[in-house]
Amino acid sequence: MAEAAAEPTSSRAWHEIVLQTLKKNDIRLVPYVPDRVLTTLIKNIHADPFFTTFPTAREEEAVGIVSGAWMGGMRGAVLMQTSGFATLPNALASLALPYQIPLIMFVSERGTLGEFNYGQSLVCRTMRPVLDSLAMEHHTMTRLDELEFTVDRSIKQAIATQAPVALILSPLLTGGKVFTA
Amino acid sequence: MNHAPTAPTRNTKVMDRFDLTKRLVARLKNEEAVIGGIGNTNFDLWTAGHRPQNFYMLGSMGLAFPIALGAALAQPSRHIFALEGDGSLLMQLGCLATIASLAPKNLTMIVMDNGIYQITGAQPTPAATVSDIVAIATGAGLTQSTWAADEDDFERLIDNALTNDGPNFIAVRIDDKPGAGTTDRDPVQIRQRFMLGLGVRKQI
Repeated sequence: MAEAAAEPTSSRAWHEIVLQTLKKNDIRLVPYVPDRVLTTLIKNIHADPFFTTFPTAREEEAVGIVSGAWMGGMRGAVLMQTSGFATLPNALASLALPYQIPLIMFVSERGTLGEFNYGQSLVCRTMRPVLDSLAMEHHTMTRLDELEFTVDRSIKQAIATQAPVALILSPLLTGGKVFTA
Repeated sequence: MNHAPTAPTRNTKVMDRFDLTKRLVARLKNEEAVIGGIGNTNFDLWTAGHRPQNFYMLGSMGLAFPIALGAALAQPSRHIFALEGDGSLLMQLGCLATIASLAPKNLTMIVMDNGIYQITGAQPTPAATVSDIVAIATGAGLTQSTWAADEDDFERLIDNALTNDGPNFIAVRIDDKPGAGTTDRDPVQIRQRFMLGLGVRKQI
């Protein structure tokens, strides 16, 4: 870890930076609903015994799991896709926010910058209005050189202020899901 | 009412949720945690007498078992119980597969099954006359899933759960009575007291 942290940011892939920043902040529990863009991150989290990671059937379930774990003293983060975030407003508004739980979410952004599925492009438009309507902290991460700073500071702020945060992984950062037509 | 010519004949006694909740709480001697699901399950848990290790949900229908799973993973040496209604569980059946795959030894799920959404006007659930919650749980991979035949059987199952490796899934048939009281709806206080009760926070 010390060597990794000393490396210039630009030599690491986005998913390496996310994984290492989770570790640095003692985030051990990572339930997820998979997404193509998250494949390597999920594989590497599975390969690292530091983490307890597993798929859930729905994103809400993962939110419940990390909320219960937080109250039991274990830090977690949820990985999902844009359409999965769209299933969450009830759990955000009736669990994470009112109980002041620092729910940390990584959302792989579908629906923009080359989307090929009309449904994805529509559901994507609901994400930021939902986050804003609940006055939730969120950041769209587009640049590799800002990624570690944004992730690290956002995790620390979520925990310090006991407030959820959504970290949106833009196709500008990840390459997104490529349209092959 | 639905036409249900094939409604199953059951040999399980129809019991009282509040009575069963009191019987559960009375058997907890080691600061076991209890997650009360939305509505009547947490109202009865509250009315049975507040304990610092109780968590009361005020929304997020269906998340009692996922919240309990998270607590069970965070504190493997503490037994975690979750009380859920049948209607709530139907919202989040997928969590049974997640729990079966992780197989936490310290988790016991209890389903209070009255076949209705009591709190919204006692409308029948879609499962009411056709589905068997224990068969669903078993099919999801929770091999230690069972109906409690009566109150004595329920107490025996709780005692087993406290001594044997879980996950355990216990379903009880209950009547259509409303909750015995109403939880004090202060989510921040509920969460903070729960974290104090689990030893995660210290009183300041």
